[in-house]
Amino acid sequence: MSLILDVDHVGKTFVQGGLLSRREVEAVRDVSFSLDAERPEILSVVGESGSGKSTLAAMVLGRLVPTRGRILFEGGDVAAIRSRAGRRAFMARVQPVLQNPFEAFNPLKRVDRYLFATAANFVVGGGRTRAAIEERVDRALVEVGLTLAEVRGRFPHELSGGQLQRTAIARALIPEPRLLVADEPVSMVDASLRMAIVNLFGALRDRLGLSIIYITHDLATAYYISDRILIMRKGEVVERGAARAVLDNPQHPYSIALKQAVLTPDFG
Amino acid sequence: MPTAVLQTPPAPAAAEPVLVVDRLRAYYRTHAFGLDRDIRAVDDISLTVAPGEVYGIAGESSSGKTTLIKTIVGAIRPPLAVVGGSVRFRFGGEIRDIYALTPAELQTIRWRHLSCILQGSMNVLNPVRQIRHSFQDFAFPHMGLKPAAFWQAVRAHLARLDLDPAVLDSYPHQLSGGMRQRTTIALATVCTPEFIVADEPTTALDVIVQRDVLTMLRDIQRRLGSSFLFVTHDMSVHATVSDRVGIVYAGRLVEEAETPTLFRGALHPYTQHLVASLPRIGDTTRRASLPGRPPSLADPPSGCRFHPRCPLAMDVCREKVPALVEAAPRHRVACFAVSGAPS
Ligand SMILES: Nc1ncnc2c1ncn2[C@@H]1O[C@H](COP(=O)(O)OP(=O)(O)OP(=O)(O)O)[C@@H](O)[C@H]1O
Ligand SMILES: Nc1ncnc2c1ncn2[C@@H]1O[C@H](COP(=O)(O)OP(=O)(O)OP(=O)(O)O)[C@@H](O)[C@H]1O
Ligand code: SF4
Ligand SMILES: [Mg+2]
Ligand SMILES: [Mg+2]
Repeated sequence: MSLILDVDHVGKTFVQGGLLSRREVEAVRDVSFSLDAERPEILSVVGESGSGKSTLAAMVLGRLVPTRGRILFEGGDVAAIRSRAGRRAFMARVQPVLQNPFEAFNPLKRVDRYLFATAANFVVGGGRTRAAIEERVDRALVEVGLTLAEVRGRFPHELSGGQLQRTAIARALIPEPRLLVADEPVSMVDASLRMAIVNLFGALRDRLGLSIIYITHDLATAYYISDRILIMRKGEVVERGAARAVLDNPQHPYSIALKQAVLTPDFG
Repeated sequence: MPTAVLQTPPAPAAAEPVLVVDRLRAYYRTHAFGLDRDIRAVDDISLTVAPGEVYGIAGESSSGKTTLIKTIVGAIRPPLAVVGGSVRFRFGGEIRDIYALTPAELQTIRWRHLSCILQGSMNVLNPVRQIRHSFQDFAFPHMGLKPAAFWQAVRAHLARLDLDPAVLDSYPHQLSGGMRQRTTIALATVCTPEFIVADEPTTALDVIVQRDVLTMLRDIQRRLGSSFLFVTHDMSVHATVSDRVGIVYAGRLVEEAETPTLFRGALHPYTQHLVASLPRIGDTTRRASLPGRPPSLADPPSGCRFHPRCPLAMDVCREKVPALVEAAPRHRVACFAVSGAPS
């Protein structure tokens, strides 16, 4: 079995506060999981707000170095990638959708710049002409219910929350990565478009063999689309397994409480 | 040209409404690539909110919900412009027309009576200062408490939102997304306002914390008889806390009903689709999405804006704009299939 991603006993400790109130926060504690290269899957990561999900994602993406343990992507240590070329080769294969697009996009930079830069950097072959790049960007946007015409020239605050979030997803899919790390990618999108996007994730997994780490608070879409699930609390994985089995019949007290707190759209 | 829209006013609620939005239109007037164009994000919306009422808004992404909220609280910056209609609040028996106020008066109203939690914008939190300074600067002057009592109230309020008081010593970037979202909610609600306006206040929260946040908002609202107008895509949240729900599609209110009616007996085809698309734990039946894309608000479809995607569309739908009319008491719908085509 070859692994596309191997997260091996990883931990991250942050230091917060000033000289007098210095304290350590163990954001991630001893987390391990792996993704099989031959069996692409959608792995949902759910759990408490502040339980370390985004920190874990940042380490997988090589944006934060683990305090303990290591993360291997296709056999190479992610934290050891230093050179620009190495970083770029990595980004061609691993793409992020960051939490809260209003914070993730630079407010002073036009959104289409990100899309064009990604297409110019990562799309290889004869497709580097201006027209080919625009065509590639438009195709990615259409997949998420947008068009280049709607996004062109706009700054982040000139798009709605859901438009910005869908733009972030479109951008990440342009390089046709092997692994997508999506941190609450559809939290600002209405139910109908949200289902369209998770259906798109499922299709990319099945058609192109894309593996996806899907961080979400929406247990219903996690149930609908994912293969496996990790439930986190206070930096630790408290329960894991096949997504539907775990959500149908959670075992850990926190998972049980989480499922019980899910509100339903039913009436009467 | 769309025909003029005749809107029936909503049924009078028992008490005088606290908020009356009347035929509101707000457009983004942009000049791009040498072209002037209007993005008609709020296009003729009327609604009222009663004292103590929780009014929920849902609708498609980019249909104008955030713009509606910004327009209602007077947070209007170019290129956004109000091109018609009015917004009136009633605070302490006094009617306040939001667009007739001076900037200073608006500021006072915003802090004394209203509280606003805007979408995705944690930018009320200064990135280079610890959280405590935001409370000191924004909340302290309005609470009329001595410092010790003030900080005690702040800590108690944070605890209700499942936040450790230690967040006061953190910088915004040191908090998780959901912790930042709760911090902005705490800042906006610690002064216990009469009218809370919120745009997607709980999107970044796990369901347990979300329940606690909603309970806190509901408590303020019940205890003080405050009203609460909020936007969320999470229909389960509407099912749980909203008294009435309004559905927005392409800049217009297309349906409005008491919550049980909206979930059990929606009449507008868009609302019916929205309710049917909701996923549930235990259910893996494939959900179909609407055909096509959300319409452009710079050049919306003629007639009923939903017609290119509507399974029931008739000829009249391409030509005439359906008015939002009462289909039953306290249930307004804008659809020719419901109200009958005009002759
Ligand atoms: N840069 C940082 N410096 C210090 N502490 C941090 C930093 N980033 C995160 N933390 C802390 O690490 C913990 C985990 O945060 P993280 O953002 O990973 O949570 P999360 O599971 O993504 O939460 P949410 O669901 O709210 O987004 C929190 O206690 C947070 O305060
Ligand atoms: N500053 C701006 N300049 C130009 N157009 C804008 C601006 N802000 C928003 N828009 C456009 O106005 C329309 C309505 O946006 P709005 O943010 O009100 O939608 P929304 O219903 O809140 O959507 P979401 O659910 O995705 O947050 C969108 O087409 C958006 O691109
Ligand atoms: S008015 Fe016509 S197009 Fe619009 S929702 Fe009703 S039936 Fe559909
Ligand atoms: Mg996070
Ligand atoms: Mg919005």
